[in-house]
Amino acid sequence: MAWISGVGDTEFGRLEGETPLSLMARAAGDALAEAGLERGEIDGLLCGYAASLPHLMLATLFAEYFGLKPRYAHALQAGGATGAAMVMLAQRLVDTGECRNLLVVAGDNRLSGQGTDSAVAMLAQVGHRDYEVPFGPTIPAYYGLVASRYMHVHGVSEADLAAFAVLMRSHAALHPGAQFKTPIGIAEVLASRPIAAPLKLLDCCPVSDGACALVVSAAPSETRLRIAGAAQIHPHQHVSAAADLADFALADCAERAREEAGIGIDDVDLLAIYDSFTITLLILLEETGFAPRGKAADRLRAGIFARDGLWPLNTHGGLLSFGHSGVAGGLAHIVEASRQLAGRAGARQVRQPAIAFLHGDGGVMSSHVSLVLRRE
Amino acid sequence: MSGGDALAVHFWQGCAVGELRYQRCRACGAAQFHPRRFCARCGGAPDWVVSRGLGTVYAVTSVTRAPTPDFARLAPYDILLVDLDEGFRMMAHGAPGLRIGERVRLGFDRRGERPLPRFEPLGGSS
Repeated sequence: MAWISGVGDTEFGRLEGETPLSLMARAAGDALAEAGLERGEIDGLLCGYAASLPHLMLATLFAEYFGLKPRYAHALQAGGATGAAMVMLAQRLVDTGECRNLLVVAGDNRLSGQGTDSAVAMLAQVGHRDYEVPFGPTIPAYYGLVASRYMHVHGVSEADLAAFAVLMRSHAALHPGAQFKTPIGIAEVLASRPIAAPLKLLDCCPVSDGACALVVSAAPSETRLRIAGAAQIHPHQHVSAAADLADFALADCAERAREEAGIGIDDVDLLAIYDSFTITLLILLEETGFAPRGKAADRLRAGIFARDGLWPLNTHGGLLSFGHSGVAGGLAHIVEASRQLAGRAGARQVRQPAIAFLHGDGGVMSSHVSLVLRRE
Repeated sequence: MSGGDALAVHFWQGCAVGELRYQRCRACGAAQFHPRRFCARCGGAPDWVVSRGLGTVYAVTSVTRAPTPDFARLAPYDILLVDLDEGFRMMAHGAPGLRIGERVRLGFDRRGERPLPRFEPLGGSS
């Protein structure tokens, strides 16, 4: 069995004077301290990539910088799903006996180290070099295409999308490390400046600096937080090669993770779902079984995803308001779910959750990882 | 245009002479838009063919926040996914205001450094 024995993070936003390595080290140091482990006890290291520090061997680079000599180390790339994919791999590496204590870490300073303009241009390159990028798309444009089709087929409105931006902002307000905490309303989201129709500024996550880390161990810590289930699916890379933008067939991936954990949807107490855009969050909730098609916003309005609802959703504020620092942005969902399950979420704490369902999305609904975390 | 990819060169040379080139598998008959030396469905050998350029809008976005200064000069511009009648989907530019389900016809925008596929309304929608 594989257990999350410690988590750590930095605040998200503009963090001047830092580098991806220095941010990663801050988060990693906190995670080790919480796990009660010394550097010499870490025998495995998984890290993501950093847009502002492209490197062929980021894991080894970080190991040297931080002072680790792991028996197993490499970076991993699955876009926004990288964080969840690293946790799944860490679980497998512990289960096979390859490692006893793995550090999973990611950090980036896209905002201060790279800048928003450069990040927007760089991120667009996730599209096809020859058959998409020549048309001048951006990541919001890829998701704008997805949104147009999904909303057309399932009768979703722009106000439905806006409701998720408002919810994420209200959750971020209670997190001291969140990038955006000022409350917003539906009208403000709808009136925010157009980016890639139907997506507007407040439908889009920001570019942030920040880092997150966690330790996955063969022995439980006092929080007894187990990685109970995990599954992946990778249906396409490019939005123009996706089979159906109104049905991404992710139910099987979510179900396989829940089956491995031996749970059903009704057992879930907490959700941490990737939310690069409002449309991403709405689609993933519907795909993974937490709302009927086209009805995620109805469930939100019924209070289901509120802190005191049936399925509190992204209680840190998600990518949309806590912030998006690349791979660390996806890891932040896992750090938050871990803190909630451990009863360590402070003012954000929801009522005694035992089981969390998480889902990460990379590319343009391209790479998917579902996870179940469980307090034993 | 990407250095070294002869298939991409062939596609964009087609655009330069007003042809939308795609592939069709000799073995299974599948249409393939992103060209390869094999059919991604069955592994068979594909042939190049030329599309009639008629299709239906599958998805549409209007880009206001452009990725680069060059594209910022064009903004706002519409990007489409179009289902061509021959059975493949592609990204392209579109005339402003096109809607999902609308029938469209291919043209080429020759203002930039290379002719870009751009769809116009065919007149009447399905």
